[in-house]
Amino acid sequence: MNLSLDIRHSLPGFTLDVQFDAPSGITALFGKSGAGKTSVVNAVAGLLMPDAGRIALDNSVLFDSRHNIALPVHKRQIGYVFQDARLFPHMTVEANLAYGLRWAADRPGPTLAELCDLLDIAHLLARYPRDLSGGETQRVAIGRALMSRPRMLLLDEPLAALDASRKADILPHLERLRDELAVPMLYVSHSVAEVARLATTVVILENGRVAQTGPVGDMLSDLQMVRQIGVREAGAVLPATVVAHHPDGLSELSVSGGRLFLPRTALAEGASTRVRILAQDVILASDVPRGLSALNILPAQVTDLRAGDGPGVICQLRCGTDHILARITRRSAEAMGLTPGHDVHAVIKAVSVDPVDVGRG
Amino acid sequence: MTAWLGPDEWQAVALSLRVAVVATLISLPFGVAAAYALARWEFPGKQLFNGLIHLPLVLPPVVTGYLLLLAFGPQGPAGRFLEAIFGVSLAFRWTGAVLAAAIMAFPLMVRAIRLALETVDPKLESAAATLGAGPRQVFLTVTLPLLLPGLIAGAILAFAKAMGEFGATITFVSNIPGETQTLPSAVYAFLQVPGGEAAAMRLVIISVIVSMGALLASEMLARRVARK
Repeated sequence: MNLSLDIRHSLPGFTLDVQFDAPSGITALFGKSGAGKTSVVNAVAGLLMPDAGRIALDNSVLFDSRHNIALPVHKRQIGYVFQDARLFPHMTVEANLAYGLRWAADRPGPTLAELCDLLDIAHLLARYPRDLSGGETQRVAIGRALMSRPRMLLLDEPLAALDASRKADILPHLERLRDELAVPMLYVSHSVAEVARLATTVVILENGRVAQTGPVGDMLSDLQMVRQIGVREAGAVLPATVVAHHPDGLSELSVSGGRLFLPRTALAEGASTRVRILAQDVILASDVPRGLSALNILPAQVTDLRAGDGPGVICQLRCGTDHILARITRRSAEAMGLTPGHDVHAVIKAVSVDPVDVGRG
Repeated sequence: MTAWLGPDEWQAVALSLRVAVVATLISLPFGVAAAYALARWEFPGKQLFNGLIHLPLVLPPVVTGYLLLLAFGPQGPAGRFLEAIFGVSLAFRWTGAVLAAAIMAFPLMVRAIRLALETVDPKLESAAATLGAGPRQVFLTVTLPLLLPGLIAGAILAFAKAMGEFGATITFVSNIPGETQTLPSAVYAFLQVPGGEAAAMRLVIISVIVSMGALLASEMLARRVARK
C-alpha cells in the first residue's frame, strides 16, 4: 500500500505545496507547529479539500482536482486518530470501538479481541470516555480507528497531550501496530524522539513545503537535517540487535560498528531494535581512550562536518555500515584536526541513552 | 380530579393537553431542522429566516392569530389548499388550535434546540465520518443523541407555551367549548360570567402547576447539558 500525495492549497497566511509518497510502515510527517502537517493529514482524510492536486492510495484515487474527484470522508476508509482523541462521550468504550465496524464488517481486519490485546484496553470496555486517563483515551482512539478496518491510518500528534511516562507506555503499542498490522500509517509529530522510535520514512515539512524526505536512518543522520531538528535533539538512529541482558542492569546490543552497553531494555534477547544516540551524548577521541568511565567506545570515521552558528560543530561519522552524529566544539574539532576521512573513536556514555530512545527495530 | 373539576373545566384541560402534546410533537422535527440550519449552515436570507421564526415571539398574539385566519381560514389560500388536498380544515377546529399553539411555541423550541446544538462538537461529527458514517448516520448516531437533553428541554418549553396559548388561538379558532376552548380560553370565559371565579381559580391552579413543572423539568435538563 502506497499513498501518493501532491497537493496545493492556500491557507490564510501561507500556502501548502506538498508532494510525497508514503510507503508501507510508518511515515512520519515532521515539522514545527504551523508547517502544515495537520492540513496535509486532513486533506488525506477528506476533511480539507485542497485547491488543486491529487491524492491516491495505490490505484484508488481519493482526490483529483483535474478529474473532479473528491471522495467523501466516510467513503475513504482512512482511519484518523486525532490529537484530542474525539471519543464519543455518549458511548461506552466498547461502543466507541465498535462504531466503525458496522460499515466495515465485510472487510478483513483485526477483531475487537485482537485490538483489545494489542492495545491493552480489554479492561476498559464498559467505561465511558470521561472515566479514562489520557493514555487510555488515546489507546481507545487508536483502537476505534483500526476497528473501522481502514486502508491507512492517520495519527495527528496522538501523544502530544500526554506526559513523558504515558508516552513511554504507548510507544510499544504503536510499534506493535507497525510490525503486526499491515496498515500503513501517516504519523504527524514534532517530536524527534517519536519519529526516531517509530518512523520508517520521514517527510520533513517546512513552511508548507517538503524540505526533505527519505528513510529514517538516512534522514536523522543527515547534517542538513540538524537545522530543522535543532542541535539538542539531533541524533542518529542505529539498527541494533539485543545480544544479552547482564545482571548488573545493562543490556548488550550489537550494532554494525561494534557492541553497545545500555541501561536494561525491556526487549528480549535476539530482538531487533533501533537505538537513538543524541549527537550531544557522543564524545570523539583520536586514540583509544584509557581509564574512562564510559563503556561504549566505537571506532568510526569522520564523513562530514558542519559548523553551526554557535561554538559547535556537528560531525557525521561512519560507524560500521551506519552513521552516527557527534556534536563537539569547533575548538576541539580544530585541535584534533578533524576532516572527512579522519579515523576517530566515538565514546558514548551508557546512561545517557534514554530507555525511551531504544525501541523495536 | 374529575370530581373536583366540573365537566366543562375537565374538557378544557383535556383539550389543552391534547392540543399542546400534538403541537409539540408535530413541530419537533421542524424545530430540529430549523435549529440545525441556523446553527450549522450559512445561507442567503438566514437572518430573514431567523426573524420569521422569532416573529410570533414579538408580534401581538392577536396579530399572529389574525394572520393565521387570513392564511388558513376557509377563504385563505393555505386553508383552501389543505381542505382540497387533505380534507383538513383548521378554522374553528381543534386542529387550528394545534397550529396556533405550534406557531407560537416554535421560537422557544428552536432557541432551546439551537443552544443545545451549539454545544455538540462538530469535531465529533467529523470523527464519525472518518469511521465510515455518512451524513445521515452521523446525525442519527452522534448529533441527535448528544442533542437529546436539549431537545427534550425545548419540547417541554414548547409544550408549556402551547398549554397557555391564548391570543392567537382565540383569534384564529374562537372559543368553542369542546372544540377550541382550551384552558386559557376557559379561564377567560369563566371570568366573563358571574359566579365563574371558583371554576376559573381551579383552572388557574392547574395552569400554574403544569407550567411550573414544565419549567423545572426544562431547567434540570438544561443544567444536565451544561454539565457535559
